[in-house]
Order: sequence, then structure tokens, then C-alpha cells
Amino acid sequence: MEISYYPGCTLKTKAINFETSALALLEKLDVKAIELKDWNCCGVMFSQSQDNLMKQLAPIRTLIRAKESGRDRLLTLCSMCYNTLKRSALFIQENEDKRDKINDFMDLEETEYFGNEIEVVNILTLLDEIDKDKLKASIVKDAKDLKVATYYGCLLTRPKEVAIDNVEDPQIMENLLEAAGCKPVYFPFKTECCASFQVVSRKDIARERTRKIVDSARKNGAEMILLACPLCEYNLDKLQKELHEEDSTFETLPVLYVTQLLAILAGVDPEINDYSKHYIDPRPVLERKGLL
Amino acid sequence: MAISLNKEKLRTQECEKLQEVSGTNVYSCYQCGNCTAGCPCVDAMDIPPHEVIRLAQFGQIEKILDSNTMWICASCVTCSVRCPRSVDISGVMEALRQIALQNGNEDVTKLGELSSEELEELPQIAVISNFRKLTS
Amino acid sequence: MKKIGVFLCHCGINISATVDIEKAMEALKDYPGVAHIEDYKYMCSDPGQQLIKKKIKDLGLDGVVVCACSPTLHENTFRLTVKAAGMNEYKMEMANIREQCSWVHKDKTVATEKAIKIIKSVIEKARLDEALDPIEVDITRKAMVIGAGVAGIQTALNIANSGYEVILVEREPSIGGKMAQLSETFPTLDCSQCILTPKMVEVSNHPKIKLMTYSEVVDVSGFVGNFKVKVKRKATGLDWDVCNGCGLCTEKCPKKLPSEFDQGLGERKAIYRPFPQAVPNRVVIDFENCTYMQSGKCGICQKVCPVKAIDFDKEDKFVEEEVGAIICATGFETYSVKDIPEFGGGKLPDVVDGLTFERILSASGPTGGEVRRPSDGKVPKDIVFLECVCSRDPEHYLPYCSKVCCMYTVKHAMLYKHRVHDGQPYVFYMDMRTGGKGYEEFYQRAAEEDKVVFIRGKVSKLYQDDDKIVVCGVDTLSNETIEIRADMVVLATAIVPSKGIRELTKLLKIQIDQHGFLSEAHPKLRPVESLTAGVYLAGCAQSPRDIPDTVSQASGAASMVCTLFANEKLKHEPIIVGVNEDICSGCGICTVVCPYDARKTNLEKKLVEVNEVLCEGCGACAAACPSGAAQQNNYTDNQINAMIKAILGKGG
Ligand SMILES: Cc1cc2nc3c(=O)[nH]c(=O)nc-3n(C[C@H](O)[C@H](O)[C@H](O)COP(=O)(O)OP(=O)(O)OC[C@H]3O[C@@H](n4cnc5c(N)ncnc54)[C@H](O)[C@@H]3O)c2cc1C
Ligand code: SF4
Ligand code: SF4
Ligand code: SF4
Repeated sequence: MEISYYPGCTLKTKAINFETSALALLEKLDVKAIELKDWNCCGVMFSQSQDNLMKQLAPIRTLIRAKESGRDRLLTLCSMCYNTLKRSALFIQENEDKRDKINDFMDLEETEYFGNEIEVVNILTLLDEIDKDKLKASIVKDAKDLKVATYYGCLLTRPKEVAIDNVEDPQIMENLLEAAGCKPVYFPFKTECCASFQVVSRKDIARERTRKIVDSARKNGAEMILLACPLCEYNLDKLQKELHEEDSTFETLPVLYVTQLLAILAGVDPEINDYSKHYIDPRPVLERKGLL
Repeated sequence: MAISLNKEKLRTQECEKLQEVSGTNVYSCYQCGNCTAGCPCVDAMDIPPHEVIRLAQFGQIEKILDSNTMWICASCVTCSVRCPRSVDISGVMEALRQIALQNGNEDVTKLGELSSEELEELPQIAVISNFRKLTS
Repeated sequence: MKKIGVFLCHCGINISATVDIEKAMEALKDYPGVAHIEDYKYMCSDPGQQLIKKKIKDLGLDGVVVCACSPTLHENTFRLTVKAAGMNEYKMEMANIREQCSWVHKDKTVATEKAIKIIKSVIEKARLDEALDPIEVDITRKAMVIGAGVAGIQTALNIANSGYEVILVEREPSIGGKMAQLSETFPTLDCSQCILTPKMVEVSNHPKIKLMTYSEVVDVSGFVGNFKVKVKRKATGLDWDVCNGCGLCTEKCPKKLPSEFDQGLGERKAIYRPFPQAVPNRVVIDFENCTYMQSGKCGICQKVCPVKAIDFDKEDKFVEEEVGAIICATGFETYSVKDIPEFGGGKLPDVVDGLTFERILSASGPTGGEVRRPSDGKVPKDIVFLECVCSRDPEHYLPYCSKVCCMYTVKHAMLYKHRVHDGQPYVFYMDMRTGGKGYEEFYQRAAEEDKVVFIRGKVSKLYQDDDKIVVCGVDTLSNETIEIRADMVVLATAIVPSKGIRELTKLLKIQIDQHGFLSEAHPKLRPVESLTAGVYLAGCAQSPRDIPDTVSQASGAASMVCTLFANEKLKHEPIIVGVNEDICSGCGICTVVCPYDARKTNLEKKLVEVNEVLCEGCGACAAACPSGAAQQNNYTDNQINAMIKAILGKGG
């Protein structure tokens, strides 16, 4: 299978592990992700205002690139990109006059975008579409019932128009990980917000959120937290480290992209991950389970 | 201090604008407080989300704009998805930010205060989204 | 030409605020056929009706058009009015300028123009109306009540005590409905069983009541006064005429299953009686779970039964009954906790619904009335009650208020406190709805004397944390978020109609609203009737309500049935569709479209014949007939054409 792939900014830098592991995993599953040519930043956060159309240009331009690629589906790894692209597409689909205005702004573009030409697909949805037997067959390492907390954060399930699964109790990640031999734990904080971009100006809030989320995962027996968003990853990973430095009794949990673990289980060399990018080193846990 | 109400004060232009920009009808709200109960950032807000909507129903936009609430909101959309009356509170927060910024509100991001190492360390998406939400 | 009187009603200001009555009168006074025109503030009032009668007599009118509300509301009223003045009542027509005009328009000019058109078209109809006489039909003076909760029980007793026979059909093995599951009832806290079981016994002993439990209605035909109902009597696996209800079989049966009556908390056997006070005192075999039925081994019950009642017969039986009236009293269910993911989706054992808590409180329940939580049997010391769960939530669940949950939650909190003196109940509510005799006082007592903490706001989420349930809510009165680490949580989930209501109402040809609650003929004036003559409504099947309301409505339905049965003969609307034998070719197209089986082709005569009593006057056949042989009385093609022309401005 072939699918267009939109990396977004952070996947090439801070979240490089997400990209390398996802692409390696997809290769194992016979999916070819073809990076878009000449892509730009999607703007990261969808503009919720009805009259600030300038903010829709970046995501729509990305969708134009996807349309020009000739393939009708666009894969995103980053959940922020997913959310923004999908909501912008919906926005212009539902507002014809705004759509026309946006296209007029971009009159230098050769292609027009109407809203529903491209299906934006999140990596979790794509993995979920793959036959579970095929997925199971690709798993070569025994996870030994590794207990994982599946963290969705906000943007994969909210708002409900773009949710990849049930808004209040998504199960996609659990199903994938179960198929791969892991044990997802009860994790009532799986869709609780990590405070997102507020980490920049209100780190205090983000820290408290991290504490709550990690506490819940740990309490329920998780050995690691798995997620699919570079910003959640940064917040939960970096802020745990800070919390621990401040108070050594705070026990940390490693945070990985779900694809990092799945790739390792599917036999991808664990060394393709750049472990220096992690604030909490996941290797001890992986080592313990014999996954390195 | 008592809020004095009369029909002019109730239906202010500002309130109309708020509803237009956010695309939501604030009069749908029946003050159940679900938005506040689930908000991850409410502890740091001067005015909790349900009260923002209440004050909007009273046309008291100024009073809301004087608070820090919309700058604290993380746009997590929890409020909007749980609202039984389909009030897009998260969208209202965005509209408030837009209105405040159009009114010339000063920069609330603390990007200037961050050291270059700190800035270097943050993922792009954190910086850009912070910027997009709070300054433009 | 006919002399038609046109009477315009202001309906207070309901009509006159939007329709310019004077202008309308001016436009209509010279319309062909109009002999008199007049307006009045309330035409349906006594002076209004007198006015019409007087004009009929004084001017010798032979047609009347009342321009007012919907005929659903007052057609009958005005028919009686003109009849009293000696005019044939089918020469009275109503022009609906309220529901179809003044209520749906804001612009007075537009509304006035529309009202004039509506009235003109109805004048056209009236000009061609003929005198008709009601069709007389016999009545079977026997009623069938479907559903034997407190509503069905009350209706059945009232009708039977008036001397008529009643068949009471209940789908479960016992009668009693939800009320049998309740512990004590608000606002008096009398024990539910103590007030219900005597009535249940009365039903089972009543000579005029035939009880059909474990039975369901599968087919209904006929019409008011003359229904034929087919009832499926589900196989019980034994002969109830032989069984004496000793219960030895249930004692010895080795197969244990969760008890539905105890909301899954207690156990029952594969051969069981839902609860010890069941009426009739008989057992049934749950075929799906019976070991003998599954594997052919066991059969212990058969061995121990002292009267040899058990035969494992799986054959359902069908009986046909003829009745004159049917009462639908199929009650309610509560929205399942399983379908509420934000509150644990049924996976947290100590988060239960209201009915489960009733069983926990009940002296005959699985804990013997001691409040113990399901997970580990501990007595909860902090207990949280949530109101409006899935009610009043148009975005995710149901838009309506479930009406009884405010009160039963107050009752739960109070009863809990009476059982667990050192415990603390908390109630999250949005609005406390205590409209009812003694209800507000009951609520105040809960706060004042039992120190129930009432928190005004919703709970956004709850989750399990160690052995606690963490409840995250808000108090909008103090503007604070609230977190309670509770031992147990009780959800007052929404009241929804009972399963199977859609299929049943199709059989009964009665309407339901978008949520599946039975629709009444008129929300104010005909609250216990359906739109199908002879079918009545009682209890929570119509909308959520408490026991006092259920019982009064049930008695209301019974009195309607008795009123019906008091008639010598029934009168059937003559606005039916006949056959013009000169034109009919016997093609039979009309017989296919008739939803009431009123039309049959007579192959010999090459004609269609009509059973006038079955015809409901829907007009489907008249529209389908290719030759114009099927004309509806007072809705002939000529009349309808004239009406259309009048509306399009080509009449007169
Ligand atoms: C938790 C809880 C606590 C309550 N506490 C109180 C209280 O304290 N005081 C108070 O006044 N009210 C209380 N109520 C309300 C009270 O339960 C109802 O008002 C009452 O039970 C309604 O009776 P009903 O006969 O209409 O319905 P039901 O009790 O539901 O009876 C309907 C019957 O019809 C049967 N049935 C359904 N479909 C069919 C079918 N197709 N064919 C044949 N039979 C069928 C059902 O099996 C059932 O037996 C409470 C309700 C709840 C949920
Ligand atoms: S959740 Fe919705 S209805 Fe409830 S207080 Fe908030 S905005 Fe109002
Ligand atoms: S979107 Fe903003 S106001 Fe709404 S719950 Fe999230 S942080 Fe709170
Ligand atoms: S009765 Fe009370 S608890 Fe039940 S839905 Fe209505 S307001 Fe809510």
C-alpha cells in the first residue's frame, strides 16, 4: 500500500524517533509512506475563530500539496498536525464562502482545495486498519506482558468530529498493543490534557498535569507510557524529569511513541532510536523485558 | 459590586461579536458547570469557564477580558465535547483571545523571558502553537 | 346556494395578535356562499357556542365554518354545537388558522393573507359538504391491559371493579413492574412492597381479571370496540395448572445465574421465580441457561417436583382474544450505565444505577437492606449521587428531564443516611425539581435533618483510584471545582421507554414520539388516549412520572374505557371512503394500499366491497383509485379541487 506522508516540523527534529520508528514499522507492514514534496508547517493549532481565515492557509496549502500528489490519503504521525489538517478541511467543507475566500488568497496556487478530496489519516488509524493477524504475524519479539499506559491526550479524540475513536474511552492503541503482546492498564487519564502549549508560558500548570497523569499510570501498574504526539511526549517526558529532580521520591515512567515500541517488537533494530532524545531513559525497562 | 442589568447592557455588541467569532450561542448554556468540572487548567484561571459563559449571557465581556482565563486555556476542547448543550466553550476562549488581541492586549507569552537554551529545547510545535494561540 | 356562516375566533390573542381579524372579515364577507360572518374572543366558550347556535337558527344556516384552532382540539366541540342547533354535524368545518397559521408566522400581513386563503378553501369545502350519519357498531365489553406494572395493575383493577372483564398481559413471569423492585417510596417513605403486593394479590384473585404473564402481544387487528389480539404465551417448561409454587425445584436447581430482579447483584436459578412475592406464584425455566435443555443432563427439578409439573416443553402457545379496548402500560427502563463511558462504562462495580441502589436498600434485596457496595461488601462511608445522568443532555444523550430522579435521589440519600448513621451522602444536581405534594418539604428535610450535602453542578468524570471512586465535579454556587474520593457512586440515569415499544406500537397502530414514549391524542385535553380510537395509555410508557402520577393516569385510562363500554353502540366516523359501483372496475389497487384491511375485491361481482367499520378514512385508497370510484365522504375530488383552487386564488 502507498500513502502520502506529511511529517510536520517537529518530526524532523525533536520527534525524530517518532518518524524513524514509524517508517520502519510501516515498512515491515508493507506500507509505503511517501513524503510530500515542498510541504510547510500546518500552523500546529487549528484556529477556532470563525473570522481569522489567514490561519487556515497553512493547513489548506498542505492539503493542496497532498492533492497534487495524486494519492487520496495523507498520513500524519503528529496528532497536532492530524487535528489541524482535519479540522481545517472540515471548516472549509462546511463554510463554502470561507472556502472560496481562502482559495482566493492563494491564487498563486495552481490547485484549489474544496475540503473533502484528501482523507487525513492518523498513524493509529492506519495501523488499526491493518489486519490484526497480519500485525500479530509481524511481531517477532515477546513483550512479556509489558504493562503500558496508553495516552491519547486531547487532539486524537477531540473534538468529536475528528476523533479517531470514542471520545471518552478510545481503544485503538489498546487493541494494537494487545495484539502485539502488551498489557494495557486501566488508565483513566488517557484523554486528559497535558496542558499542551501552556508549557511555554505556564510551565507550572503543565507540571501539575504531568504529575497527575503519570501518577495515574504508575498507580495502575504501567511500566511505560505510550503516546503519539510530540508535544505530549515533551511535556510528560521533560517535566517528569524536572519533577524528579525537584523531589527524588517522584518516580518516573519512560515515555515512548507507540511506534517505537511496536517497531522494536516487529524486529526493527532498537538502535534506530536516538535515546539521547529521551529525558527519562527507556532502555532499563526495555532491557528488563529483553527487548534491546 | 452588583452587576447592574438592563436590556442595553445584556445584548452588547461585544457579546454579539463573541458569539459570531466563536460560532456559538452562549444562551444555550444552562450553567451545569461540566465545562469547569473537567477543565485541566481551571485552578489557574481567575474566572472558571462556566462563569465566563454566564458573564457573556449578562453581556459582561469587559469583565471577562480583565481576567486571565482565556490566556490560561490550553485549547484542549474537553469542555466543548462534554457540554450537554453543545456550547463551544473552547471556541469562546479563542474568540476572547482574538477580541483581546484586536483590542491591543499586551503580549502574555513569556517567550522573551525564556533563555535561548530553553527555547532551543522546546519542540517547535510548542513554541508555534503558543505563539499562534496567544499572539495572533 | 348554501348559506354558510363563518365564525372567526381570536383565541384570546393566540390568533388575533398575528392575524388581522378585521381585515380577514372584510376580505371574506362577500365570498360566494357566505351568508354571515362574525368574530368572537373565545369561540369555544359558552357565549361563543351560543352565538353560533343562535345564528344557525335565526338565519337558517346550512353550513358553518369555524376559523380557530386545529380540528384535533375542537372539532368535536363545534360538531356538538351545530348539532344542538339542529344542523347536521358533518356540515361544520374548521379552518385551522392557529396551529397552521398564527403560531407559525410572525409577520401579520403574511399571516392574515394566509388565514384568508385557508378560510376560503374551507368555505369551498363546506359548500359541497353533505349531511352524514355516524355508522353504528357493536362493542365487546372486555379490555386488554398490556404491561402489569403499577399502571397496568391499577387500570385493570379499576375496570374490573366496574364490572367489566379484563385480560392483563405481562411479558415477565410476574406482575409488579419496577415498583416491585423499589425499597421505600418518596415522599412518605412507605415500603413499596407493602403498598404494591396487596394490589398484586387482588389482581390474581379478581374474578373479572384474567392474568397472562410471561406473554406478549404478537398481532392486533380490528378497531375500537372490536379488536382481535393474538397473544404469545411463552413456554415455561412446565404446566402452571399443575405447579403449586412450592419452589422445591428452585431450591434444588444447581445452576446459578445473576438475578435480573436484583439488578445482577443477587442470584437466581435456571428454574426460578423472579422474587418470593411473585404473582402468580409460579416458576419458569430459563431455557437458554438450563443445563438439561443445553446438554440433556440434570433434570433435577423434574425429579424433585412433588406434583410432576415439569415437562421441559419448549413450545410457545398462541391464543386469540376479542376485546373492545386496549390499554398500553408498558412502562420504562433506565439508561444503561454500560453506555456511559465517562462514568466507567459499567466496568466499575461500585458505580451503580438507581434501580440497583433500590435493591441494595431493599429489605428483601441481596444485602437484606444493609447498604453494602458490590465490589467488596464494605459499607460505603462517602457516597455520591449524581442526578441528570443522560437526561437533559441533548448533545450526547436525551434532551428531556426524567422527572422522577431528583426525588428518588433525595430519597436515596436520605435512606442511606438512615441506614449508615456515620456516613456522608453528597448529591450533585443541576436543578432540584420537587413539584409535587410534600416533595419540597421532603427535600428540605434531607438537607436540614439528614445533612445531605447538595452540590449544584455536574460531574465531568469519575474514575477508580485504589478502592475509591474519584468524582470530579463542580459547585457552581461557590464557583469551586469539587473532588470527592467516594466509596460508592449512584447514577440517576435517564428513564427510557421499555424495549420492544416500537414493535408493539406498530401492532397497535399508535404513535410514539422521537424517544419512543407513547404519544397522547392531545397533550392537555386527551392525555390518556392515543390517536387510535379504543387504545389508551397509562404510566411511564407515555413519559417519565412517579407513582402518584402513574396511578392517577391509570385510573383516568380506566375511566375512559368504562365510558366507552357504557355506550349502547359505538359511533364510527362516517367520513369513510365508499365505492361507486357504477365506476369501479374491480382492479383492486385500493385493497393493496388500505392499511386497515377495510377493502376486499369481490371477484364474482368484479367490484371492491368496503367494510365501513374498518375504514378509518385515511383516504389512501381514494388517492390510489384510477377511476375515481373511491370518493371519501366530504373529501371528494371535487371538494379538494375547489379547495386547491381557492388557495391558489382561482376559487369563487
Ligand atoms: C430508581 C427509581 C426509584 C423510584 N422511586 C420512586 C419513589 O420512591 N416514588 C415514586 O412515586 N416513584 C418512584 N419511581 C418511579 C416509579 O418506579 C414509576 O413511576 C412506576 O414504576 C411506573 O410504573 P409503570 O407501570 O408505568 O411502569 P413499569 O413499572 O415499568 O411497568 C411496566 C410493565 O410492563 C411490562 N412490559 C413492558 N413491555 C411489555 C410488553 N411489550 N408486553 C407485555 N408487558 C410489557 C414490564 O415488564 C413491566 O412489568 C422510581 C423510579 C426509579 C427508576
Ligand atoms: S458545560 Fe455547557 S451548559 Fe454546562 S456550564 Fe459549561 S457551557 Fe454551560
Ligand atoms: S479548552 Fe480551555 S477552557 Fe476548555 S477545558 Fe480545555 S483548558 Fe479548559
Ligand atoms: S428529575 Fe431531576 S435529576 Fe432527573 S432529569 Fe430532571 S432535573 Fe435531572
